[in-house]
Amino acid sequence: MGERLAWMQAHKNTFTISHPYSDIKVQKISPDSKEKVQLQILMYDGSANTFHFNHSQGREQQLKDRDTIKELLQQLLPQFRKKVSSELEEKNKLLQEDPKLFQLYKDLVVSQLMTAEEFWANHSAKLSNFSNDKNQTVGVSAAFLADIKPQTDGCNGLRYNLTPDIIESIFKTYPMVKKKHAEYVPHKMSENEFWTKFFQSHYFHRDRINFSSKDMFSDCAKNDDDEIKEEIFRNVNDPLLDLTQIKDGSLDEGYGSITEEKRGSVNPANLSIIRRFNHHSTMVLKTCDIQQQELDALAASNASGEPSSSAHLNGDQGANKSKLTTTNNSYQPAEKKARIKEKIQYTDLENEKNSAATSLRLTKMERYLHGPTPVSASLYSTGDDIVQAAQIVHQKIPQWVPSLPQVLPVHIALSVLGELSPGGSLMQRTSQQDLQQIIPLHTQEELRQTYSALCELLRHYWSCFPTSSKFLEEKVVKMKATLERFHVNKLNPFKEQLLNQHYSVNLTGHMEEMLSAAYNKFDLWQAKRQVKR
Amino acid sequence: MRLNIDGLLVYFPYDYIYPEQYLYMTELKKTLDAKGHCSLEMPSGTGKTVSLLSLITAYMKAYPLEVTKLIYCSRTVPELEKVVEELKTLMQYYERETKEKDNFLGLALSSRKNLCIHPTISNERDGKIVDAKCHSLTATHIRTKHKYDETVPICNFYENFDAHGREVPLEPGIYGIDELKDYGRKKGYCPYFLARYTILHANVIVYSYYYLLDPKIADLVSKELNKKSVVVFDEAHNIDNVCIESMSVTITRRTLDKCCNNIDTLKRHVQKLRETDEKTLQSEYQKLVDGLRDANIARETDVILSNPVVPTEILQEAVPGNIRNAEHFLSFFKRFVEFLKTRLRIHHVVSESPPSFLKDCLQKVCIERKPLRFCSERLRSLLKTLELTDIDDFSNMNLISNFATLVSTYTKGFIIIVEPFDDRTPTIPNPVMHFSCMDASIAIKPVFDRFQTVVITSGTLSPLEMYPKILDYRPVTMATFSMTLARPCILPVIVSKGNDQVAMSSKFETREDIAVIRNYGNLLVEMAQVVPDGIVGFFTSYSYMEAIIAAWYETGIIDNLQKCKLLFIETQDAAETSLALYNFQRACENGRGAVLLSVARGKVSEGIDFDHHLGRAVIMFGMPYVYTQSRILRARLEYLRENFQIRENDFLTFDAMRHAAQCVGRALRGKTDYGIMLFADKRYARVDKRGKLPLWIQEHLKDSLCNLSTDEAVQVSKWFLRQMAQPFRKEDQLGLSLLTLEQLESEEMQRKLEQRTQYI
Repeated sequence: MGERLAWMQAHKNTFTISHPYSDIKVQKISPDSKEKVQLQILMYDGSANTFHFNHSQGREQQLKDRDTIKELLQQLLPQFRKKVSSELEEKNKLLQEDPKLFQLYKDLVVSQLMTAEEFWANHSAKLSNFSNDKNQTVGVSAAFLADIKPQTDGCNGLRYNLTPDIIESIFKTYPMVKKKHAEYVPHKMSENEFWTKFFQSHYFHRDRINFSSKDMFSDCAKNDDDEIKEEIFRNVNDPLLDLTQIKDGSLDEGYGSITEEKRGSVNPANLSIIRRFNHHSTMVLKTCDIQQQELDALAASNASGEPSSSAHLNGDQGANKSKLTTTNNSYQPAEKKARIKEKIQYTDLENEKNSAATSLRLTKMERYLHGPTPVSASLYSTGDDIVQAAQIVHQKIPQWVPSLPQVLPVHIALSVLGELSPGGSLMQRTSQQDLQQIIPLHTQEELRQTYSALCELLRHYWSCFPTSSKFLEEKVVKMKATLERFHVNKLNPFKEQLLNQHYSVNLTGHMEEMLSAAYNKFDLWQAKRQVKR
Repeated sequence: MRLNIDGLLVYFPYDYIYPEQYLYMTELKKTLDAKGHCSLEMPSGTGKTVSLLSLITAYMKAYPLEVTKLIYCSRTVPELEKVVEELKTLMQYYERETKEKDNFLGLALSSRKNLCIHPTISNERDGKIVDAKCHSLTATHIRTKHKYDETVPICNFYENFDAHGREVPLEPGIYGIDELKDYGRKKGYCPYFLARYTILHANVIVYSYYYLLDPKIADLVSKELNKKSVVVFDEAHNIDNVCIESMSVTITRRTLDKCCNNIDTLKRHVQKLRETDEKTLQSEYQKLVDGLRDANIARETDVILSNPVVPTEILQEAVPGNIRNAEHFLSFFKRFVEFLKTRLRIHHVVSESPPSFLKDCLQKVCIERKPLRFCSERLRSLLKTLELTDIDDFSNMNLISNFATLVSTYTKGFIIIVEPFDDRTPTIPNPVMHFSCMDASIAIKPVFDRFQTVVITSGTLSPLEMYPKILDYRPVTMATFSMTLARPCILPVIVSKGNDQVAMSSKFETREDIAVIRNYGNLLVEMAQVVPDGIVGFFTSYSYMEAIIAAWYETGIIDNLQKCKLLFIETQDAAETSLALYNFQRACENGRGAVLLSVARGKVSEGIDFDHHLGRAVIMFGMPYVYTQSRILRARLEYLRENFQIRENDFLTFDAMRHAAQCVGRALRGKTDYGIMLFADKRYARVDKRGKLPLWIQEHLKDSLCNLSTDEAVQVSKWFLRQMAQPFRKEDQLGLSLLTLEQLESEEMQRKLEQRTQYI
């Protein structure tokens, strides 16, 4: 009941008024000057309801009641409104991005063969996935600490302005501070005090040399060092980047002269600044990972919610994850090889390779080439047969002696020749091959559209079987009517148009076959139903 | 494609070729024909490695008697693996084209740390610990002990290899580090020793510089390599420093104290041995009387690479009598260490040459030059006799003995400097004795002498004429190749002043100037606003970077920078820097973009590439001159002036410019890549500095780009980035910077190519 606003009379047990929040356009309240305390809700369809508050304890209480409701509605309405509009927006976007879908939508919904809900019910999978993909997370700005600019407040103090965004950034980047915050606020100190302490601490300032033990953030700094060590252990094993392993056979201690590189730094404060910058950038970069992981987890749980596709998806992800963990721990030689190969490769010196398409592996090549043919031994000849036949012909030809008296008469020979040349009835198969050239582009386009619309409809139609519920039965009948409408309104005009252009091939044949198959099924089904009755 | 390089059939594993690759191979062929050395400069990212490998392997196949081996030296482990991978591609191509299995053997050799497959030892990450632990399982006396006592642990992989590994040679093929490990696991052999054994008959060896240049390691690993080999030093722009490093020694008080402890331990060991088993010591003594004759014979017959630490004269003599006895040697050594201690007890800086040091030594503690020269050999022999396992503990003593040998062997090219305290902290006494090599040619001389062809190559070798001087060799070819480009994919810019027209420079007098620091900061912030993805900034030194970052923090520049991009900074801790690099890369890849601040001459500038989106702009803050107040550097400069006629300023500028070029060159790794190279110092605009940049950068550094202010530079960069963001297809390149076989062979192109190379 989280989506509706309803009202019930005190002694009844049904709701007299009930509206989904999403239908409510706006709420209005009576001005305070008026005697009656009222609240009106306006619907999108123009209707309205007015509630009159009549608490027995007088106007004060009535106003209070009204205001609680008003505030509740104030919070709730925008949420639902956003959802509706965002859904609409999404649908809109989907249609814009997918021209095929848009065409289908035009063919089916706009021409009123189908309602919009039915259409979207079928494409909802796309919708939800789509919304998941587009949810891009925003990273943490590297300069968020710099954005907190202290201002002098006039009496020897500094003011720091913190926004929730910045606080979130701090928490995301420095989990230790978040932990501290949870520890101290609000049991030991107030929010304000905490942040004051934070800014006063040397932890915030970058020259962290003289940490007093009193400073509550001193262990954060220690933790940072540990974190870096852990990161080093985890991530530095790329042989191309690992500077500790890059030299082969270094000089022993004591050999070689001391270069400047080997001298220590002069100022430890500077070194700590540098290390802090590195740590900061590392942590900022890491927040992206964390968000990504959360997203992945979310996607995984979503996927498992959908029973049909989950198995496959989960499997994939599991594989990915296990792969990730292995790569984290040690750099596999194969992977290293691949990276080195990539490094030494000169793409422009090589011939462009054809993109590695997956090759089609067929167990029976002939069947693929000739299409499914009725299994009758005489018509179906294998490649071997053909080769054999060709060989036989080859062998026979040298021995062939024309018997001149038995040649064909001229007119028959001519007509046969005519049939065999392009355009002749025996050459129909060859002409079919350049169908693409014969038929103009716009007709092809139209054909494609009609096809996809019909297929969509048929999909709806066939998905009703077996008719397990009353609703489905009704839908079958409705769909049948729709199909017929489509046949009459779309397909037949198209067919006529094709006829006018005199194509030798029957382009709509297959569609008609599909339709008649659907009709047959319907007749069968209806007959069965009547028998049952 | 199959190429005809001056009459040699070369299999090149690609369908297209860059013109400069063809030219490079032509020059290389000439060098191989002449059996001389050469130095070649070719821009990074134009396929140097594959050209080198293709030509030299083709040459080896065509003239198997002239060139028998290719020794490819690289600087880092990833580099090494890349070379192996390229070699593999090449061999696969050979097999495809010739349709026959090749009997070509190539392998990588790395330290134990990278090759060990022992279940526990291989988990160690520190190279020295791995070496020590390995030694404790594989030393001869340990293995003999194991024969009597099963409980003494040994390494099964090594035992297996020792028993069977040498019987059957490694099957032909290309073995990288991982392949060697796999093979080792399969057969139960130790990959490290297998590789060390196999390099003797392999056709191609890929390993690090140190195996050839560091006399201590070269003596163990590379001394028996064939004379008819081609040695390639890739990324050789820094080779002189590697040479010098491996011959220099630094001694502190701690070293000496530890050394004293070592001597005491050894004394105890000797005493124990004297009581239990005097025979061993006796036989050692006998061996020393016989002298190092064996080694001498080997060197005369020219089967080994000579070790500069053990000079030839030593080998002809027997070990002097006064250090033959173990006890005598130890007390002799003790005396020497005490002498060093007195030398460290001073209050002012001392700088002297080895002869004067030796004279002082003779006067004060009566140690002559001759026995000193045998120190390192004598110590090695003693350690072997005492059958000590934990060699690593004696590293300090080893260091001193090496120092003793070096100081008594070389009168020229070295200097001893004793500093009582660090210059920056004059109140804290911290005496250090530097024994510094000033002549890079000493360490590399045996390589040039021994091997028939040595190729010195890199993306940044300019000015080329400097290298033959400081390394003291006579190249038959010196050439530099520019990069042919279909579009100008680099934008070198010299920014000389800020928006307020204050000159930018990192020179000593102005580097503390707040205006300069602010201008540098504004330059970085403004670039961060226009450049996508990654920006890399290089400072001249670590302390300078620290100071600037602190100042930027105070003035809020860092805050502005963080609004545009994430900020990562190199630290002196290698692990921390690796993490910063890792995160930098991720930030570039996920689209946030990042800035990496780093140091020229640092680890990042030497080993990490910032290709494509990782480095769309590189900013050089100032000129990376070395710390010129260093006494060692002063001494070296003086030495160079006196012996090689190189002026101080020339050398300093050369050194600064090669590092600057190296830093900015990190951004470009191929012709499809693009990047901005900002030189933020007005001194770059001077002719003597500009002229020392590599040709391929100089070509694009037009006069109009040499004296810009910050906002002008930003405008130019914007325009450049927009241009480069346009799609770039193969057709644009074809015929200009990319050739098919037919195009290459056409006469017109051949004529054009002839004019391309610049000889020096």
